[in-house]
Amino acid sequence: MAAQGTLLLTVLLPLLGAVLIAMCNSKPNLRETVTLSTATLLFLLVLQLLGSDAQQTELIIARPLPGLPLSLSTEPLGLLFATVASGLWIITTIYSIGYMRGNKEQNQTRFYVFFAVSISATLGVALSANLFTLFVFYEVLTLSTYPLVTHKGTEEAKRGGRVYLGVLLSTSIGFLLLAMVWTWHAVGHLNFTPGGILQGRIEPGFLPLLLALYLFGIGKAALMPFHRWLPAAMVAPTPVSALLHAVAVVKAGVFAVLKVTVYIFGLDLLRDTGANRWLMWAAAITVILASLVALTKDNLKARLAYSTVSQLAYIVLGAMLVNSVAIIGGGMHIATHALGKITLFFCAGAIYVATHKTNISEMDGLGKSMPVTYAAMLIGSLSIIGLPLTGGLWSKWYLALGAAAAEQWAILAVFMVSSLLNVAYLLIIPIRGFFLTPPGSGQAGTIQEAPFASVLALSLTALGCIALFFFAQPLYEMMASMFERQL
Amino acid sequence: MISAHLPALQVVIPLLAAPACVVIRQFTATWLLALSVSWISFFIALSLLWQTFHLGTISYSLGGWAAPWGIEYRVDVVNAFVLTIVSGISSVVLLYAKESIEQETHIKRIHLVYTGWLLCLTGLLGITITGDVFNVFVFLEISSLSSYLLVSLGPDRRALTAAFQYLVMGTIGATFILIGVGLLYMMTGTLNMADLAQRIPEVEHTTTVHAGFAFLVLGISLKAAVFPLHYWLPNAYTFAPSAVTAFLAGTATKVSIYLLLRFFFDIFSETFSLRTMRLDVILLILGVIAIFSMSLVAVYQQNVKRMLAYSSVAQVGYMVIGISLATATGLTAGIIHLFNHALMKGALFLALGCIVYRLNSVELKDLAGAGRRMPWTMAAFVVGGLSLIGVPATVGFISKWYLVLAALERDWWWLAFMIVASSLLAVLYIWRVVETAYFKAAPAGHIKEAPLSLLLPTWILVAANIYFGINAVDTVNFAKRAADQLLGVF
Repeated sequence: MAAQGTLLLTVLLPLLGAVLIAMCNSKPNLRETVTLSTATLLFLLVLQLLGSDAQQTELIIARPLPGLPLSLSTEPLGLLFATVASGLWIITTIYSIGYMRGNKEQNQTRFYVFFAVSISATLGVALSANLFTLFVFYEVLTLSTYPLVTHKGTEEAKRGGRVYLGVLLSTSIGFLLLAMVWTWHAVGHLNFTPGGILQGRIEPGFLPLLLALYLFGIGKAALMPFHRWLPAAMVAPTPVSALLHAVAVVKAGVFAVLKVTVYIFGLDLLRDTGANRWLMWAAAITVILASLVALTKDNLKARLAYSTVSQLAYIVLGAMLVNSVAIIGGGMHIATHALGKITLFFCAGAIYVATHKTNISEMDGLGKSMPVTYAAMLIGSLSIIGLPLTGGLWSKWYLALGAAAAEQWAILAVFMVSSLLNVAYLLIIPIRGFFLTPPGSGQAGTIQEAPFASVLALSLTALGCIALFFFAQPLYEMMASMFERQL
Repeated sequence: MISAHLPALQVVIPLLAAPACVVIRQFTATWLLALSVSWISFFIALSLLWQTFHLGTISYSLGGWAAPWGIEYRVDVVNAFVLTIVSGISSVVLLYAKESIEQETHIKRIHLVYTGWLLCLTGLLGITITGDVFNVFVFLEISSLSSYLLVSLGPDRRALTAAFQYLVMGTIGATFILIGVGLLYMMTGTLNMADLAQRIPEVEHTTTVHAGFAFLVLGISLKAAVFPLHYWLPNAYTFAPSAVTAFLAGTATKVSIYLLLRFFFDIFSETFSLRTMRLDVILLILGVIAIFSMSLVAVYQQNVKRMLAYSSVAQVGYMVIGISLATATGLTAGIIHLFNHALMKGALFLALGCIVYRLNSVELKDLAGAGRRMPWTMAAFVVGGLSLIGVPATVGFISKWYLVLAALERDWWWLAFMIVASSLLAVLYIWRVVETAYFKAAPAGHIKEAPLSLLLPTWILVAANIYFGINAVDTVNFAKRAADQLLGVF
């Protein structure tokens, strides 16, 4: 009973926070206190769920249709995602205070309100007990992030918002809904079940089609050619890009892909029928192509966005390798990439607040004036590339192991080539920052670090990247327990 | 026992109240009368729905004359469900009507609005409840004539041409129905629906019955605005007073769709109407064309009210597709969309009414900045729009779910795909409004949010959109039972 209450509260608390935030419209300090305490409370709640993982509880919120409940439950992958999202919300809030005030952004209350609603939807996605519930929260997440993406209200923001909503809504209604009704028609329920529910329910010949509908339908996973929304979303203020478009929204996508692979199809079914084969290549192509596009981008946030597209495809690729090692790697990559990429976005935002620069070519020599930011950026880049002393090493390690276990040597090569590309497009930024001299010499003295709150936040996440290197064991065990239960 | 006479009271109360409005004339008093009568009708409908669901079909002989000679009112789950929709929408919209009508209509004509409203309600409820086909025609004329009046009372002089257009088309439709009824009477010698159902099979192969069927289908489809017989609808909806548009959009076409269901599945047999007469193919094709072409036309409208009117024609397409599938799930989808569409279009037209109340315009360009100036109104519009698109946790999603499911049951992949693809067109036209209202700067001048008396009924319908989207078990059960009854399974 108590655990059920916690489950419900986890989704409701951010909503309650949103209402309180709206009520504190005229008092910015009180408003930010509310956000911060909601975030902290939420994180504690998730930790409590994490502690009581042993008993699997299910909570039915409503029964919209016969046989199709809206319900929540806990499961290792979901708990991991919930922990990452709620933990990083605290840090992002600290960061936002520095960023939004430093930039004198308009409509800050609206910003914090929709931010809280988005977090609520993210936790709903993470704790969904069935595919239908996941879909509902997935759509709520799309809609509640729209006002954040278009926050600036400019013509450019409007256009970005159009692409954002257009791609995400059309993939989810056009493909995902269709796939879901098909599954429901064939099976009669949509519960996430260890081992999958489709075994023997659908003719093997149709499985690749159904899988494709799912993979492309989950547009938030940004598999090419449905990735355009992610660069478009970069018109949003940086905290939104950082938490939502490096963590919450995109991870909701790959999380859904992992869930569908493991709990709807089941690894055995996919392995036996080979339905995953060509989609594996679709993901591999996205990994490489997105990295190549990232190389060409001079705008820092755009480059990071394409890097995210590529990294998300790693996780989809891990899922499509259909073995437990690769899935564990994919799950761990949700956490490690989250920390790495949020650090990089924080840095991008900090540079913007301090210098109002957005292009990499204009950032030469900034490292000397903003040492903390650039050190954090170095660590974040190392983690994304997957080099030692950062957590990124482990997730890539298991993904590569998974490719080896599946004897997909070409995929292994894709992982390696893409890591090299990562070096080329990410590491170059801190290098230019530290070693090149700024174009105008007198300029360097006037530039200082971003507001303290922002610098604090990006240091914390950078340290997190390093901490994950030394403490990856619990993460691994958590992901592995996903398959223990199955046996 | 008064409860035994509920079927008669359902029609008689509004019928008697209508002339009383002409006598009273004072506009607040007529409004109060109409409002209370409508709510009484709503409660009668709810009680009839409960009775039919739990106790079975009710047969009521009007004036004590037994069926073949007298007129029989026959209430089963199918029409009790429609009665509830019609009287429910009318009741909520009447709450809203007072302020809106007072602003849009000349004060000397306000009592005529409520007179027309009550007559129209009488007609719609009568068509739905009666078990006699000639009586259907009579009530159809009552509802049609009164709705011409209602449309003509719009604030703009173009309302007069719109009403005239509606009158011409509506009269053609009604005449066709009369001819159809006459031909059936000629062949069977009865006007009672149940008797017709028994006698038609013997004469089913005759050209006369075929012709009668064709006249009936055409006539009713005209009233239901089934594509391509929708010509009258956009103008009528655009120029009628806001509250009237919301009322008609939620009820008039719905009742005609109900009539189609009744004729297709009860009076004629499903095999005759859909298979022998090939209406399954015809309706399916027309439905698919409607959902695409009419949504596309809606995208290019500059007048938001007209945009929603075209969207209504597209939505009728979804219902027609559901019917054409002729399976239990397909009919369930069609019937549930009847209810759901009444809720979403009701909410949208009421929100537009709030905008008219303050801005005096429904041109898209005049909505610039409305999101800031009228936050509650525009929020209601957005939720209604999301429901129209079919976002989960709204009623629109429930409709889409069953329609797609019905298509998949028949293994019609292309249709399932077309249904979801066409609903994306709704995103296009709804988002044009959202972008104008939220991203364009408002012109100078101070505009207040709409008064509470308008906002409250609007939000009642908005809340219903969400409530029945999250808890659709009851509505789905009613729709399923109705579908089973029509297919003769139950």
